Amino acid sequence: MIRVHDLGHGRAGDKGDTSNISVIAYDAHGWALLREHLTEARVMQAFAHLARGPVTRYELPRLMALNFVIEGALGGGVTRSLAQDAHGKSLSSLMMTIELPVDGATRG
Amino acid sequence: MAAAGTIRIGAGSSFADDRIEPAVELAEHGALDWLVFECLAERTVARENQTRRKDPDRGYTPRLLDRLGAVLPACLRGDVRIVSNMGAAHPQAAARLVRRHARETGLGEVSCATLLGDDVTELVRARPGLPLMESGEPVESLLPRMVSANAYLGADAVCRALATGARVVLTGRVADPSLFLAPMMHAYGWRDDDWPRLAAGTLVGHLLECGAQVCGGCFGEPGVKDVPDLARLGFPFADVDAAGGFSVSKLARAGGRVDRATVLEQLLYELHDPAAYVTPDCVLDVTEVELRELGPDRVGLSGARGRPRTDTYKVTVGYDDGYIGIGEVSFAGINAVPRARWAAEVVQQRLADRGLRYSETRVDLIGLSSLHGAGEGRPEPYEVRMRLACRASDRGAAEAVGFETRAMHVNGPGGAGGGADPVVREVLAVKSLLLPRALVDPHVRVETA
Repeated sequence: MIRVHDLGHGRAGDKGDTSNISVIAYDAHGWALLREHLTEARVMQAFAHLARGPVTRYELPRLMALNFVIEGALGGGVTRSLAQDAHGKSLSSLMMTIELPVDGATRG
Repeated sequence: MAAAGTIRIGAGSSFADDRIEPAVELAEHGALDWLVFECLAERTVARENQTRRKDPDRGYTPRLLDRLGAVLPACLRGDVRIVSNMGAAHPQAAARLVRRHARETGLGEVSCATLLGDDVTELVRARPGLPLMESGEPVESLLPRMVSANAYLGADAVCRALATGARVVLTGRVADPSLFLAPMMHAYGWRDDDWPRLAAGTLVGHLLECGAQVCGGCFGEPGVKDVPDLARLGFPFADVDAAGGFSVSKLARAGGRVDRATVLEQLLYELHDPAAYVTPDCVLDVTEVELRELGPDRVGLSGARGRPRTDTYKVTVGYDDGYIGIGEVSFAGINAVPRARWAAEVVQQRLADRGLRYSETRVDLIGLSSLHGAGEGRPEPYEVRMRLACRASDRGAAEAVGFETRAMHVNGPGGAGGGADPVVREVLAVKSLLLPRALVDPHVRVETA
């Protein structure tokens, strides 16, 4: 297993009740793995206890980056959420913990 | 210095409570042409509208003078023009205050122009059938609780304020990137249908609008993503040429870093579809953007594409949404988590026994599950802080949440410490809708008082 954290970096942003989280590959090898394994379904699974979904994934191959848009993720929206982290700024850290079914030794 | 044939635009803030010193550093040492302050979050205008109702001379961003007062001397000395949405719900009052401050501090007469017309409250009130973007339901049900409705005006409107020649331009709600695009359109005479250049300028605005975030703020992780001199983290600037070519950088003396990684995180920040970032000025597509590291802390970007703007303005409707009451208390050592959970149950029981009703309740165990929810199999921490947050329609019920939580010190499980002072939050929530452009009338006033 390999973590998203090993392959890339990213940041979470908010709009209303929707969180967007970027995942930017460090290199072409990481990009190939992220593109193949970090699917909408995998991200929805990791966020299922927090977000209603759906999750939409946008690809930016020229920048070797993915942008995930996760709906219903912010407790009804930043302005009315009961959550401590109403903006979901910490959600990028959850994305980074996702494990992908890849042999860690293959990291390039 | 900015290279010949370019203008230099600096970012002075990225939210109402941002740091002040980096803007002063840019004003004094940045060789800027323009300094742009973005200070309005989604609900800020709604809050300032409430302030203005109580006091007709207020309604601007509360830290207006802290921020502008700090940079005005250097900006006047260096011929740096200022653009900001700190006018919030009352740009004219903001302009009067800035002018008075300048006179009183010996800076003399400072020309200020304001952009008005973003307040569309009456337009929305007269159109209860307008659908909300979030749900598709008509806005009608929110109207009795509506505090404000403001259209995100665009760079074309800001340009008209810049055309007055005013040194300080203060606006209410304007789309964040538009605050930065306007000086480029003004300086180079870009037309408001020059989509490639508007796209480039919008991208500049998008990268700068969050201030330090493109310089290594909201980024670092020790040993993985190191950020030099984070304590003195600087704010960014962009050098833009007449064709829309640009680079983003920071002062060498300031902390932080500007490179491929920091720029990419900001590039994708708060975008949804990267091929369709809708602003009042254009629809920006960043999927073909390319980055080049041009030197230390300097990144050039090219390839932004633009499509025509839409025929609507996005409007944020602010409305009263009751109260949130919050209480917190901490536990440590053996069985800290079960004692914290017990406390949460007891407080909720006591609130119910008092006949208090809440439409939504949330229990967090800070240190275990407050940020990412109840994850299976996480190890229990040595110490944990129980946080109870409840939504109520009346203030008294909200106040009781923190009151009963703090009483855990004496009336709860063993070893409850550090009870927080009760918090009550008056909730101003927001929803969005689209309003036809033709209904909205952005207009400019030159402040003379």
